Amino acid sequence: MSFFHRIHALIRKELQALLGDPSSRTLLFLPVIMQTLLFPFAATLDVENASLAIFNRDTGPESLELVQRFAASPAFSTVLSLNSEAEVETAIDTHHALLAVNIPADFSRKLARGEASPLQVVLDGRRSNGAQIALSYLQGITQEFTLDRLDAAGRTLPSTVVTRFRYNPNLNYRHFILPNLIAIITTIGALIVTALSVAREREQGTFDQLLVSPLTPEMIMIGKAVPAMIVGFFQATLILCAAVFIYHVPFRGNLLLLYAGMFLYSLSLVGVGLFISSLCSTQQQAFLGAFSFMMPAIMLSGFAAPVENMPRWLQIADMANPVRHFVEVVKGVFLKDTSFHHVLADVIPLIGIAFVTLSAASILFRQRST
Amino acid sequence: MAETVVTFRDLTKTFPGMEKPALAAVSGEIRTGLITGLVGPDGAGKTTLLRLIAGLMQPDSGDLATLGVDPLHEAATIRGQVGYMPQKFGLYEDLTVLENLNLQADLRDIIGQEREEAFERLLTFTDLKRFTGRFAGKLSGGMKQKLGLACTLLGKPSLLLLDEPGVGVDPISRRELWGMVEDLVRQGIAVVWSTAYLDEAELCGTTLVLSEGQLIASGTPREISSPLQGRCRQLRNPGHGKRSLLVHALNRPETTDGTIQGDSLRLTFQPDAQPFPPEDIGASPAAQWAEVTPRFEDAFIDLLGGGPPGESVLARHTREIPGQGDVVIEAHELTKRFGDFTATDHVSFEVQRGEIYGLLGPNGAGKSTTFKMMCGLLTPTSGSARVVGLDLRHSGTKARQRLGYMAQKFSLYGNLSVAQNLAFFAGVYGVRGRPGQKRIQELAEIFHLGPFLRAPTDSLSLGYKQRLALACAVLHEPDLLFLDEPTSGVDPVTRREFWTHINGLVSRGVTVMVTTHFMDEAEYCDRIGLVFRGQLIAAGTPDELKAGVATDTRPDPTMEDAFIELVTGKESP
Amino acid sequence: MKALSFRRLRALCWKETLQIFRDPSSNLIAFILPLAMMVIFGFGLNLDSSRLHLGLLNESPGTAAHGLAAAFVDSPSFDVEVFTDRNAMDQALTDSAIRGYVVIPADFDRLLVTAGNTAPLQVVADGSEPNTARFVDAYSNGIWNSWLVSYYEDRGLTLPEEVQVEPRYWFNPSTRSRNFLIPGSVTVIMTVVGALLTSLVVAREWERGTMEALLASPVTRSELLLSKIIPYYGLGMVSLLLCVSAARWMLGVPFRGSLPALLLVGSFFLLSVLGIGLLLSTVTRNQFNAAQAALNAAFLPATMLSGFIYEISSMPPLLRGITHLIPARYFVSSIQTLFLAGDLWNVLLPDLLFLMAASAFFLGLTARSTRRRMD
Repeated sequence: MSFFHRIHALIRKELQALLGDPSSRTLLFLPVIMQTLLFPFAATLDVENASLAIFNRDTGPESLELVQRFAASPAFSTVLSLNSEAEVETAIDTHHALLAVNIPADFSRKLARGEASPLQVVLDGRRSNGAQIALSYLQGITQEFTLDRLDAAGRTLPSTVVTRFRYNPNLNYRHFILPNLIAIITTIGALIVTALSVAREREQGTFDQLLVSPLTPEMIMIGKAVPAMIVGFFQATLILCAAVFIYHVPFRGNLLLLYAGMFLYSLSLVGVGLFISSLCSTQQQAFLGAFSFMMPAIMLSGFAAPVENMPRWLQIADMANPVRHFVEVVKGVFLKDTSFHHVLADVIPLIGIAFVTLSAASILFRQRST
Repeated sequence: MAETVVTFRDLTKTFPGMEKPALAAVSGEIRTGLITGLVGPDGAGKTTLLRLIAGLMQPDSGDLATLGVDPLHEAATIRGQVGYMPQKFGLYEDLTVLENLNLQADLRDIIGQEREEAFERLLTFTDLKRFTGRFAGKLSGGMKQKLGLACTLLGKPSLLLLDEPGVGVDPISRRELWGMVEDLVRQGIAVVWSTAYLDEAELCGTTLVLSEGQLIASGTPREISSPLQGRCRQLRNPGHGKRSLLVHALNRPETTDGTIQGDSLRLTFQPDAQPFPPEDIGASPAAQWAEVTPRFEDAFIDLLGGGPPGESVLARHTREIPGQGDVVIEAHELTKRFGDFTATDHVSFEVQRGEIYGLLGPNGAGKSTTFKMMCGLLTPTSGSARVVGLDLRHSGTKARQRLGYMAQKFSLYGNLSVAQNLAFFAGVYGVRGRPGQKRIQELAEIFHLGPFLRAPTDSLSLGYKQRLALACAVLHEPDLLFLDEPTSGVDPVTRREFWTHINGLVSRGVTVMVTTHFMDEAEYCDRIGLVFRGQLIAAGTPDELKAGVATDTRPDPTMEDAFIELVTGKESP
Repeated sequence: MKALSFRRLRALCWKETLQIFRDPSSNLIAFILPLAMMVIFGFGLNLDSSRLHLGLLNESPGTAAHGLAAAFVDSPSFDVEVFTDRNAMDQALTDSAIRGYVVIPADFDRLLVTAGNTAPLQVVADGSEPNTARFVDAYSNGIWNSWLVSYYEDRGLTLPEEVQVEPRYWFNPSTRSRNFLIPGSVTVIMTVVGALLTSLVVAREWERGTMEALLASPVTRSELLLSKIIPYYGLGMVSLLLCVSAARWMLGVPFRGSLPALLLVGSFFLLSVLGIGLLLSTVTRNQFNAAQAALNAAFLPATMLSGFIYEISSMPPLLRGITHLIPARYFVSSIQTLFLAGDLWNVLLPDLLFLMAASAFFLGLTARSTRRRMD
């Protein structure tokens, strides 16, 4: 019984310290608020409001119609009409246009003759990802233009491609970013809280005070871990609610499965946090340590770019990255109602990471405690 | 011919967010030819006054002239002439001694031949020649302080401002530094030496005594302590139970203050009061009064309205611990090595129940390491440290439940409220439920913490922080108390109160182990172990240690004399 | 007394330099972190999906369908797994074993040859990874298109007249995302080195009490400030050159601009980040708070709002407005241009002007809040 009472005292103190101090309160909630507001809007690989430049040397009706279709498309918010090659160059150079269509003088004539008519599109390779997406929008318009012309002539293409996007029919990038955000926020909450709280106690001398008390190093570890996990869960739940109720991302999976994954994930993070803190003696060091772990871990989690695009060796090394596994779990459960079997494939590594980091932290903790 | 180099009138400075001013209408002057002591506990306003004089801060009101000019607006003219050594000596710890000196020399445009001469002079003066390649961070406290002084002296200043140069420095180094500074004074430099140690103040040529931002006295130490002339008496050979005798003595209306000095009591009487017969407080018939010279501290406490009552309310609320005389703390051949450096070298001692055992020693001598091994914070390389017969490393929880601990620097949760701190330690030590509530209330009353229960601990004054720390340490009624320099920087009245409680607890059977560098605090101990270069070089009661160094020329040595004699005797055999 | 003494300045700069090399956390930020970040950004950030896992279900027994299926299997863009059961394929999509699948329906061949009918090729992509899903769609369309062309040719048919889009990617013909991500990531690295490192330095002097000693010495305000800028400027420029070299020779990103232009733009970007870091350090006087603030004020915007990964034009107007205030945005634009396009002064000049203004602003503010006093 006294075990639980002592742990309870530790946890209560930790939460009081976290929530009672304005600067640590800021540290806990400012990132949550900032990121829920910022990420869904800023973090997008989608192309909206792209600007298209058109240099039309053709005066035929076909080219005019095509230009009109470009101008009417919601994909391009700005359409610049240019009059020379030099202007095209400047527009692309100076980022005024992401892409420029060069319509040759014989464009309409060729179409009228029933020939394939080329349309040159110049794209800004400095933003090649966005340019590729913009190009696909543009191709959609020209394809529709071609099909409409065939239709008018009473002909059809023998075959078509019908693409559907499962789980996110409009490829809304927010549906992708918000589940990722749940993982990232839990990371910051659980990791920073554990890493810093031990360092803070060391810096302020209260750690010795704990060590001479009847608490065992294990109790102290639990006392540090639980509040961090509570904070992480709380922050994650906030983002989850924001995702579902404010940003209307459909939650398809099993909530229990998500929280079970979150539990194991925060456990592995707490292990990393305690590990970092057992190596550091000041908050500043712990902060830099946490940052040095978090930055690569988040960058390589699949949130910025897919893990499957990385070179093989990095993918293997990335197996040790807890964020990567949890990102996979959240995305799978949240958006796709992925199977328990699949979740397991990411949960097992999480258990492994938690086991390794927690035992390493506990060994170091014991060593530095005595 | 002494000349006045700094004058200030009605200086007031209030920091944003603070209720009370850090300095309230302080006036005074600083002259050449003597050391001016700026005396007061932490938070009295010493540093603020020094910074104002150095032109590092702007006063809210009042007049100030440093070397005849306004130090803030004509900073450029005084920079080269004012040497200022801040509290942590202002050294770059990741630079070597020479690199630090070079930097400061460059900053003061001391070059070529002049620099070489200055370095030669200062390195000889401070005896740092052998260490020029060592990182400042790796120097001992005393050496850092000398280097700090050397850097400050580079520009040949005519005014030297030293902010608590004695903190973290052992008495020997302090005495050396004092000698150096006296040298400088003879060369015509005006020196201000700020200190919280009242025994240091006693040596100053003149003093400015600050308390809570107010100038409460100024003048030579003799002038300041002269009102106490004839009011301080020592009761020698009082016999057994010196602690309860002190309580009885302080309960008498004639006394205003009192301490234990080895086996004797030292009391301050009301003006014109006559000493009472020693038998009245139950002292042995052999006891006799002896008039002693008043000290600076006696005067300080008198200025603050006398010492606290003699009886500890805390002790009244503490259970009686049986087993007087049993050995409860035991160090056997205790050794700790860090790499090839032996911090503690085969130290053995025993402490009995109901005893106060003091560990004394210069900085870096190994007393902290020994102390930390005793309370289980460090693992000994060899030897054993046993507390109540248990090894703290193996039977941690059980043994630790019985000890209370107060760390060197204030170590409670600063951003938690006072009540939250008390509740936390109650929880950790399993003092819970109704009795727990009652105990917390009790302690809050005893230590006058009631009005601050909801206040963040950081906002308390040092005195109250120290009270809270003691409250947290004794919350679970430990039978052993470990105190690591528990009263550093605390005002003397709070220190008296602190020792009243400790004495009270000890009379209930609590055992206390304490490290200190206050020599007068060492006098409270039943026995003292003197640690030097990792070894226990002397042990015994305070009176034994003092008697051991008594000579014909110095028949009545102080604790500090004993300390220096024993350590230097060991240093140059 | 002179406002600036060369000897004092040199002594302070030398001290600062020694400290950089001796302080472990400075070492971490100045040397280890940039290197690690270069590797992470260089290899970990790749938006070009290649050899995507794709499911294929061919329900049609016909030869045309067979040819189309073969086109998919042979494509270098996909790593095709052939399924016979649609449910299993759906499950594979749910479990992220495949990023999409194509289905050739049972009547594909029949519809293909029946006049007036259209044979549909069904493509289903995993929308939970939008960027990858676009690649699935685009690659599938491409394969289908070339299959259709050869289908026409094999049968001696003429293609219907259509608009043929001929894309040309200027500056980055192979559309490697690495080519624009790496230059962008140099911005992030410079931000970390510049702002995080300097956020610690002034605060460290306050915390360790050395600032008090400096203030009591004849050091002037401009010397103090310059001694904090010059060594970190040098360090920052060294890491800029290292990053650019690593990008050029280790990661194979072409560098088409000139060194002077790089140094010029890089200098002013660096000065603006140093300004932010120093300002935070000067104002907070606390290493921990300053580092935290630097991360929020410099690192986060540099990653999220600089256009380094995410398209600024796709952001809502308010955010787009905010990006104009972020120095990193201008440096991303400049350095991407310098790497891929060359010295395009009509891009570099406006960027440079802004970076100059930002440097002046932040360093000016720092100078204003640098006092020769303690209160």
